[in-house]
Amino acid sequence: MRDIDNIRSDFPLLQQKVYGKPLVYFDNGATTQKPLCVLEELRKVYTDYNGNVHRGVHAMSDLTSEAYEGAREKVRSFINAGKSEEVVFTSGATSSLNAIAFSFGERYISRGDEIIVSEMEHHANIVPWQMLCLRKGAVLRVIPFNDAGELELDEYLKLLSPRTRIVAVTQVSNALGTVVPLEEIIRPAHSMGIPVLVDGAQGIQHGITDVRSLDCDFYAFSGHKIYGPTGIGVLYGKEKWLSELPPYQGGGDMVDRVSFDRTTYNVLPFKFEAGTMNYVGAIGLGRALDYVNELGREEILQREKTLLAYATERLSAIKGLRIYGQAAEKICTISFLLDNIHQYDTGMILDKLGIAVRTGTHCAQPVMDHYGIQGTVRASLCFYNTIEEIDALGTGIEKVIGMFS
Amino acid sequence: MNRRMTINEIQDNIIEEFSVFDDWMDKYNLLIEMGKELSLIDPKFKVKDYLIEGCQSKVWLYPHYDGKEVTFTADSDAIITRGIVALLIKVLSGRTPEEIIQADLYFIDKIGLKQNLSPTRSNGLLSMLRQMKLYAMAFGAQGSGGRAQGTGHRAQGEERHAASG
Repeated sequence: MRDIDNIRSDFPLLQQKVYGKPLVYFDNGATTQKPLCVLEELRKVYTDYNGNVHRGVHAMSDLTSEAYEGAREKVRSFINAGKSEEVVFTSGATSSLNAIAFSFGERYISRGDEIIVSEMEHHANIVPWQMLCLRKGAVLRVIPFNDAGELELDEYLKLLSPRTRIVAVTQVSNALGTVVPLEEIIRPAHSMGIPVLVDGAQGIQHGITDVRSLDCDFYAFSGHKIYGPTGIGVLYGKEKWLSELPPYQGGGDMVDRVSFDRTTYNVLPFKFEAGTMNYVGAIGLGRALDYVNELGREEILQREKTLLAYATERLSAIKGLRIYGQAAEKICTISFLLDNIHQYDTGMILDKLGIAVRTGTHCAQPVMDHYGIQGTVRASLCFYNTIEEIDALGTGIEKVIGMFS
Repeated sequence: MNRRMTINEIQDNIIEEFSVFDDWMDKYNLLIEMGKELSLIDPKFKVKDYLIEGCQSKVWLYPHYDGKEVTFTADSDAIITRGIVALLIKVLSGRTPEEIIQADLYFIDKIGLKQNLSPTRSNGLLSMLRQMKLYAMAFGAQGSGGRAQGTGHRAQGEERHAASG
């Protein structure tokens, strides 16, 4: 892997100072910073060949369409989907999850049916299913997790029933950092013919995701969490499902033939891409995936493991610091609280020291309810963070404790 | 003591106190100190009806109106927020509803609280301020006697902050 200073110079934002101090960016779980090559790619679309995709006969439109479809192919290859038809662009993971909750619900869910999610989902993988349950009179079942932050798989097996229509689980908990053993979720579900959706919002950027070897039926992620632009996301679905599901939005480009008597839909994946898509975002995302591949996904994973081990050791040594989420398999996210100091106080002071963390419930209120807390401080790291930055966090936390106790 | 300070005189005093410090940590230490001077809310009013939405931390604010002036007591589970609400109370408590409604709180900007708090947090501060003004309006309309009758409190329940999303 390239030298770390070399990597950091790819990210202009990491060179920023806040309140006169070097920025320590530990809020990668919320969004990641962008390498120059992605920014350059976005500029190039607008300066070199911008035209609306799939519409024009002209050169600009052709070039843009080609780049857009090129980005789809990059996504396909990145997650190892079988066909690019199985890759749908959306505006983000939330939008992908809502799309499936709607389309799958329309097609397959009726009164009394059951949908399984887990207790560690973020709101985007809870609320769309609750909305579906309200619409259809279905029932939401929840896989609990233990205090270490690991799903209770025995309980999961008990929840699977002949009424279960779909299982929707996260790949990685955004609040706890837990990596979910997806094989153990997918295998038993499939043995009963139940499809599984995986929310990859926190998983895609930390490791290697292969949707075919996982054999998940749907997979969702956001571009901005993997060093790409905001407003672009991906919905992967097995062809057999996507071709059966009704579209969730109507509009231009998703149709084959429109008349007032009858409208027929376009082929996959266009059936799910109504209106002008965020093609610039998609092309930017494609470039971001190239960047990740250039660095090496295995190398990124190893580097992040080193950071997690060091951060866990450094922070655990601080008296009064409690870590929430101590699963055996974790990404480099550490959620914590200090003694009886409010997470907001901690976050405010860390901010003034130049350290960006997230405080609050992390859009995962059931996780906070599990521990009976109002929220945590979350330091979410990624490969461009450094040991020195972790030390700065450690020192910052010690300062916070000094101020408030 | 001759006469009571006006709202603006108190604000100017606060601005002066904060202007001594360049460093943010010192400003926060001052804020923490100010939180210790907060007139605390009676624990029996630390209930949902007096909880202010829109803050990352919990803030309870209780108004008492004696027919002439509104007195506020409050508390928060976060210490910095307690300092912020203490500042607001220092400026607005013990004033007539009319004075509270008319008050232009320029000190928030001047001591750098507004631009240095992120929008969601800033909303927390603004929610507190708005709530104080809503109470004042309710008391002003009511004319005399008693506590808030529900006109003011919970008037902005729809405003939830982004961090819960």
